[in-house]
Amino acid sequence: MMNDQLIIGEKSLHSRLFIGTGKYSTDTLIPEIVKKSGAEVITVALRRIEFNSPTGNVMDHIPSGMQLLPNTSGARNAQEAIRIARLAKAAGCGNWIKIEVISDNKYLLPDGYETIKATEVLAGEGFVVLPYISPDLMVAKKLVEVGAAAIMPLGAPIGSNRGLKTKELLKILIEEISLPVIVDAGIGKPSDACEAMEMGAAACLLNTAIASANQPELMAEAFGMAVAAGRKAYLAGIGRSHQYASASSPLTGFLND
Amino acid sequence: MSFYDEYSSYTEADIDAVLCNTTSDQIIKIIGKERLTRMDFLALLSPAAEEHLEIMAQKAHKLTVQNFGRVILLFTPMYLSDYCSNKCIYCGFNVTNTFTRKKLRLEEVEKEAQNIAASGLKHILILTGEAPKIAGVSYLKDCVQILKKYFTSIAIEVYAMETHEYESLVDAGVESMTMFQETYNAPIYDKLHLAGPKKDYQYRLEAPERACQAGMRSVNIGALLGLNDWRKDGFFTGLHANYLQNKYSDMEISISLPRIRPTMGKCETGIAVNDKCLVQFMVSLRLFMPRVGITLSTRENAKFRNHAIQLGVTKMSAGVNTAVGGHIESQENSGQFEISDDRTVAQMCEDILKLGYQPVFKDWQAI
Repeated sequence: MMNDQLIIGEKSLHSRLFIGTGKYSTDTLIPEIVKKSGAEVITVALRRIEFNSPTGNVMDHIPSGMQLLPNTSGARNAQEAIRIARLAKAAGCGNWIKIEVISDNKYLLPDGYETIKATEVLAGEGFVVLPYISPDLMVAKKLVEVGAAAIMPLGAPIGSNRGLKTKELLKILIEEISLPVIVDAGIGKPSDACEAMEMGAAACLLNTAIASANQPELMAEAFGMAVAAGRKAYLAGIGRSHQYASASSPLTGFLND
Repeated sequence: MSFYDEYSSYTEADIDAVLCNTTSDQIIKIIGKERLTRMDFLALLSPAAEEHLEIMAQKAHKLTVQNFGRVILLFTPMYLSDYCSNKCIYCGFNVTNTFTRKKLRLEEVEKEAQNIAASGLKHILILTGEAPKIAGVSYLKDCVQILKKYFTSIAIEVYAMETHEYESLVDAGVESMTMFQETYNAPIYDKLHLAGPKKDYQYRLEAPERACQAGMRSVNIGALLGLNDWRKDGFFTGLHANYLQNKYSDMEISISLPRIRPTMGKCETGIAVNDKCLVQFMVSLRLFMPRVGITLSTRENAKFRNHAIQLGVTKMSAGVNTAVGGHIESQENSGQFEISDDRTVAQMCEDILKLGYQPVFKDWQAI
């Protein structure tokens, strides 16, 4: 268990919980959220970073040592995502990038085709690319081909807190895709995150479930524990569950008479 | 098919029937639904919904926090020119109003920009009256070149334009467009707009769609509440936003809820929109369109705006002066309308933080 590390882009991670920076009543909560959750990766929208602001910006609240995962929130196509990724790198946010291409503002569902295009270009430029997608096996396979570092399928639409609505599709991705599968979006409760980890997800990324809680710090801690518990259960190998009782055999017992 | 066709498919009688006949039980069922139909939305605007306002507000609050978080985006308007050829009886810029008109020179635009940017704001909304020969596309583009140095998001609230004109402004760096239909009731619209290009109801109605087609990132629409029955204008505003969101899914659609304020024209429309009505409209919109942006301006006073933060508002103006050049010289008046909330940006931030929300200055990076 001590050696159970998640490796992405040559970085070893002990925590399998990735967190966000949006929706908080104040950015000053972020250090405590990081501490309580144990997260080592944090995503931040480039569109929100106030570079050169005299009053500071969200980056000032991210503890040093965290792996930054800038995201392309607001990009409507591959071209915009690529430009945002390059801006983030030039601004000193590192070479990890979460590709988020959304041309649907009603449900905030990602555009698989544009995401593949952006991933191919950015992976070619040396970015560690983590694309956010609907759990579509063919899109995921293409992303593996074009150089993604992990695949981030949604459990339910962003911000919906609805849990693992796409469970069956996530299972297929976990089974078929050789890269880490990180469940991103839709996780509402720690038990959802735990379930995703029990299924074999490599990690979970979530923001709204923590940020919209009455006590975000406490919820961050709960998620940290849930993700760790789910991972342990996965590694331990979950015993088979039975739909029907098998202690006795009321229907076939007569065969042994 | 444009929104005009959808608008035209409703008769006053259809709408009146829903507004009059909706029952309290029906409202309870609608509040419990996950997705609302257009007719559900209309029912929420009915008098029968008034007794359920608190529960509607609680759901609206929850949906807003879930979709937008505890944040309020701040912006401010910059009035570039008050020359106008329209004769709108409720507006201070009305061509028949006698006052010294002004258009900012480019060096004045720069000074205004510097003064506004010093407050920390990064989102700016530029406004003009309708006088394309004096303050047209080319002037706006020159202004945008200056403003880009100071702001990460530039929005326009000007006269209705052709698609290619919007395209040219998008190329220059404009990312958002605001256009109020004033009232969706065509006969009333005709009576309020006595003369000028703005008299063309349908041309204005379809302007937000032309902006979508031109590649803007976001479009903000609204009705000037108080010109007509707010329930009906509220209904069509929501329908218009829903139409645009469905047809142009990559657009960020938002809605302003301006209530009419006194102006130089001192127009009395006589149709009251009290605080309760405005809240009913606001929370109904949130229940109908959980992801739509809701903007509340300084037409409303500080107390109301502070309360409204919890009801679904996502964007507010701050440090506002509605006069041309208002940020570089003290003005006696001649603003477009009188404001009710004269808090500075710093005071607004302080109040927003006290309410447990984060004031946000930047929510877009020009790329």
